Formats: sequence, C-alpha cells, structure tokens
Amino acid sequence: MNNPPDIAQDPAEHEEYAHGVQQHVSRYLMVGGLLLFFTLLTVALSYVDFGGFLSWLFHIHISPEGGRKLNIAVAIAVAAFKASLVALIFMHLAAEKRLIYRVLIFTGFFVLGLFWLTYLAWYDPITR
Amino acid sequence: MEIPYTISTRPDTGLWNAKVGIWLFLASEVMLFGGLFSAYVFLRLDAQPGEWPHGLLNVPIGTMNTAVLILSSVTVVLAWAALKMRRYDAYWWYMLATILCGVIFLFVKLYFEWPQKFSHYGVYLKPEAREKYEQYLGNHRREEKGLEPRIEITGHLENHEALTDSNVKEYEIAMDPVNADPDNPAMDRPHFIPLPATDKVAKIEKEDVERISSFGPWHSAYFASYFTITGLHGAHVLGGVLVFLYMWLPVSKKVYQRNPEHLANRVEVSGLFWHFVDLVWIFVFPLFYLL
Repeated sequence: MNNPPDIAQDPAEHEEYAHGVQQHVSRYLMVGGLLLFFTLLTVALSYVDFGGFLSWLFHIHISPEGGRKLNIAVAIAVAAFKASLVALIFMHLAAEKRLIYRVLIFTGFFVLGLFWLTYLAWYDPITR
Repeated sequence: MEIPYTISTRPDTGLWNAKVGIWLFLASEVMLFGGLFSAYVFLRLDAQPGEWPHGLLNVPIGTMNTAVLILSSVTVVLAWAALKMRRYDAYWWYMLATILCGVIFLFVKLYFEWPQKFSHYGVYLKPEAREKYEQYLGNHRREEKGLEPRIEITGHLENHEALTDSNVKEYEIAMDPVNADPDNPAMDRPHFIPLPATDKVAKIEKEDVERISSFGPWHSAYFASYFTITGLHGAHVLGGVLVFLYMWLPVSKKVYQRNPEHLANRVEVSGLFWHFVDLVWIFVFPLFYLL
C-alpha cells in the first residue's frame, strides 16, 4: 500500500487495486472501533481497586500506594497497546520500508536513553 | 525545476521524499514529547505524599475528547483511501469530518476544560496547621488506612478580595465534596462524574496558609506538567487542522486534477502527523485524567 501502481491506466488493474484499498478500509474501521473500546476499558479499569482485589484474592497485604501502582501499570499497558495499534495500522508501520525502521530504531534508543537519564537524576546514585 | 520523487519513489530507498521527511520530523517530535513525559515522571516520582493530586480533571469530557481524536484518525485514513480510489467527493467529506473533529477537540479544551480550572482554588496548609483543619482533611482516618495525607483544601473562593486585601484575615472557600465530607470512604477515590463544589464554606486563616492559587500552571507540578503537555499537544492539533484545511480547500483540487497521487501523498504524510498527535493523546489521557 505504500507504493501504489499508477492505477488509472488499465481499468482491470484499477479494479483490483481499489478492491485492495477497500480491504484496508474495513481494517481501519475495525481498528477505530477497537481503539474506542479500549478507551472505555481503560476508563473503567482506572476505577477498579486492583490492590484491594488482589489482597482479597490472595490474602496478602497490598498498601493503597501499591494498589495505585498496579492501576498505573494496567493503564500504561492498555495505552501502549492502543498506541501500537495506531502506529502499526494507521501509520502503516506494519509494512514499511527499511529506512523508516532504521530512523525509528535510533529514535527508540535515544528516547529510552532520555528516560534512563531522568531515572538516574531521580535515583541520584552519587549523592544519595 | 521539477523536484524529483514527490510522487514516484526513489529506487534505492523505495520511498518518496515527503515520507522520509515526515518520519524524520516525527522522530524529533518523539524526543520533544519524550522530554516532557520524562519530566512528568520525574516530578511525579519526586512528589511528597499528598502532593500529587488525583481526580481534579473531568473524566467524561476527557473520554469524549479522546473518542473525537480517535474518530478523526479514522476519518483521515479514510480520506486518504478515498483518494487512492479516486473518489474526490468522499475525500472531501472525510476531510471535512477530520477538520471538524480537530475543531471540536480544541473548542472543548479552550472554552470548557481550561477556563474551569482557572476559577477553582486550592489552599495549601502549613504542615503545623493541618491538625486545626482536621474536620476538612480527614487525615486521622486516612493515616489509619495507610492513605496519603490531604494537605490542601479546594473549592470556590468566596471572597476574592482576600487575595489582595491584607485587612481580610481569612479565605472563605466553598469546599469540594472531598473536603466537605472528608471522612466519607467514597471520597478516597476519584469520581467518574466530578462532583460540584458544595455550599459548605471553610474559613481558613491566612497565617495557616502556605499558599493559595487557582488551578493554573502555577498551582503545582501536576498542573504545570498538565498545561505544558496539553498546551503543546493542542498546538499540534491546531497545526494539523490548518494543514488539513489547506488540503480541503479548492486550491488542493487543482493538485488532485494534475496528479491525484500527489494529493494522496500529501494527505498521507499529514495523516501520519495527525496519527502521531493522536498517539501522544493516548498517553496524555490516562496519565493526567485517570491515574
């Protein structure tokens, strides 16, 4: 889909190509629906007291702060899943040219480095 | 002079120019927002117990705006697909829908969400004065349950003159339910539909107050990061809307008539930008509204 043929020349070829696009369209609609569903899901899950639930289920003690961390982990996981749907399907990263992936690998490396530096600044191993 | 590879692809990379360009730009955008998000993480990890507020934003509104942005991501990709199938009419409608979604998103932010915050006040109490206001904080019960203490009384400021007039010795706050009914366990977790401020007024002596401010960026690390990140995000939405507007107007029909693939490629790269803006919001929404 990245690199379509010049489609107007041969009617039959155009027909086949338009059919391919149509298939993509239904995939986009499905992903849109999934994204809306997961938005509602993440809102609902943010009101679930995971700490309390797990304490009850396994008879262990989880502090309210620990429970909040569980909620954060769940919400970030859902957000990461939604973000990957957007990136892979809407942004066509599921099938892209090699140069784009190269650019993004470097981006990922540097953005992780950035977060690592932030963590280092917070943890402060030198003066703590 | 004809610029090469605006429509056809370069043989070595298999890509046309703008596609490489937009991805390099998006890579820099990842670093820009990455820096702000890492600042958020830093501020949040560093917050003392009770300092990081919860449940101050309107979740139903935020959810609706998230849905609007997702919808616009779908319509822009459908607009692109319509061009690929050479259906300009359909493209025109999908593009219009995308633009409208962007405008709705911005309208809700600028005329509803933000102004509400500027008229809501929070009073941070001095640590030694908190015991005196225990009836509004409910910290004894919270301590027993292992919850973070409350260090702030929030609501509507009834006597605005107290902010400037030093003869007025106390602030009168019509409290939010969380302070009006602090020992109610239902107040321990944020509500889905925000409860309005009550008419129960707390009188807080100025000498007990560490600081008072409205819910602007100056209020706390939370609101500072909220306004910075959503402000920059809003600027991106505005930029996207302006670009889409240009491609929707009749000028762009000329591009389509000259070579439909050229307009399709333009829509694809601006769509990539738009999806990225959506992607950022997917993280903004839970981080600020829900957690």
